[in-house]
Amino acid sequence: MLLIRCPYCCEERSEEEFTCAGEGGIRRPASPDDLSDAQWADYLHFRTNPKGLHREIWCHTAGCRRYFDVVRDTVTYAIHSTTPIGATPATRETDD
Amino acid sequence: MSRYSALALVRHALSRHRRWQPAWREPEPKRHYDVVIVGGGGHGLATAYYLAKNHGISNVAVVEKGWLGGGNTGRNTTIVRSNYLRDEAAQLYEFALKLWPGLSAELNFNVMFSARGVLNLGHTLQDMRDIERRVNANRLGGIDGEVMDRTRVQEMVPILNCSPNARYPILGASWQPSGGVARHDAVAWGFARGADALGVDLLQRTEVKGIRSADGRVQGVETDRGFIGADKVACVTAGHSGVLAAMAGLRLPIESRPLQALVSEPLKPCLNTVVMSNAVHGYVSQSDKGDLVIGAGTDAYNGYGQRGSFHVLGHALQAICELFPSFSRVRMNRHWGGIVDICPDACPIIGETPVTGLYFNCGWGTGGFKATPGSGYVFADTLAHARPHPLAAPFALERFARGALIDEHGAAGVAH
Repeated sequence: MLLIRCPYCCEERSEEEFTCAGEGGIRRPASPDDLSDAQWADYLHFRTNPKGLHREIWCHTAGCRRYFDVVRDTVTYAIHSTTPIGATPATRETDD
Repeated sequence: MSRYSALALVRHALSRHRRWQPAWREPEPKRHYDVVIVGGGGHGLATAYYLAKNHGISNVAVVEKGWLGGGNTGRNTTIVRSNYLRDEAAQLYEFALKLWPGLSAELNFNVMFSARGVLNLGHTLQDMRDIERRVNANRLGGIDGEVMDRTRVQEMVPILNCSPNARYPILGASWQPSGGVARHDAVAWGFARGADALGVDLLQRTEVKGIRSADGRVQGVETDRGFIGADKVACVTAGHSGVLAAMAGLRLPIESRPLQALVSEPLKPCLNTVVMSNAVHGYVSQSDKGDLVIGAGTDAYNGYGQRGSFHVLGHALQAICELFPSFSRVRMNRHWGGIVDICPDACPIIGETPVTGLYFNCGWGTGGFKATPGSGYVFADTLAHARPHPLAAPFALERFARGALIDEHGAAGVAH
């Protein structure tokens, strides 16, 4: 059971109050129409899925219902940081 | 390879069972193989077996960082069925299902396949509509199945709580009589022994540290026992597929999560079929040894820790106790997690990657065990001919760019 600190509510709550919305830090392409099918698929479906530090988006579903960024270790499950959405720049551009 | 038989058992009894040979060799890695298969689970070993058996390609190594069948092959709930909704998926699983009854004879190894049937319960009107749709789709595709009403479900499984006042009322079920369970370890060991006898090198305790490629073509794998060259590298690493892909500079449409299961203390026979319920996230069968084998759901976030969230287990057990009130005082013996590789459409990825000669067979997610022989069969064919086997073609990596996803969440869901 994870204890997650919501950066808006500023307290640690049980993971059951939260929903993980998947990998974070992926910038949405500015002009999707200009992308190839492969580039769009990369944005939509392809994930880094690392064994180790993973940047994720979580939502405090049963609390303030706001989204935030999390850096979590997928092996030890230790949460390294939780920050309001937008406070940390995107780390993955799609047009690569 | 000496064949296992009743006669061999008698003969070895005379020598007090001191002369049994190891089931497979422990060879030193060669410098180069035609095919290196990364991952010594059921799918990887089946691939090696069928490469040697069907295609005469025996200059093959299976590289396994731990021991054979120590990953998801030894961690699943051993359920075999093929009642998927979409034609592409249903036909692939049905192809595998057809291989199961003959597998023990084929491998000269008892995989203990038991076609005891699979019930998928429906708890709501919408569940029943989905079940009718799926059973009809299956029957049109030549796959056995029927829709059962509550009375027949109750007759078949008397200990199931079919009361209209139950927490999860049972309106009916789908029934696939050709489904069942098999002994998961034996599947890995049978394929391993068969592949070894055909000349495949099984390299245990050999971890792949990198994938070497040049000019867009794979050259081999870096391991902790040195570099092993290969014309083709086939990654069959389930939850660790993303890690292997990253070694080749690739990303996959896969996320890895723990899926949990547990077994109880052994009981006298009380459940002679497999009962699954997608709606309440629980499924149960009774092993030949007598223990209840219970499967739970996956975590809602990525993880490589082979455990899983406690509340996920709690939900599954609450549901099992509501469905089977007599199980409420059964003690659980062991509980574990396996790392499953989940695709956005809950279907596998089988085929070549943008790196020439580098193949992946992954994304089986929560339900790969049932497909083990079929997966190995079509993947070996794909590797041998460097083009997709017809049954594997819809499962190519390109489907994500084409938008041709095979949406199987309804039938794959939590059910394995």
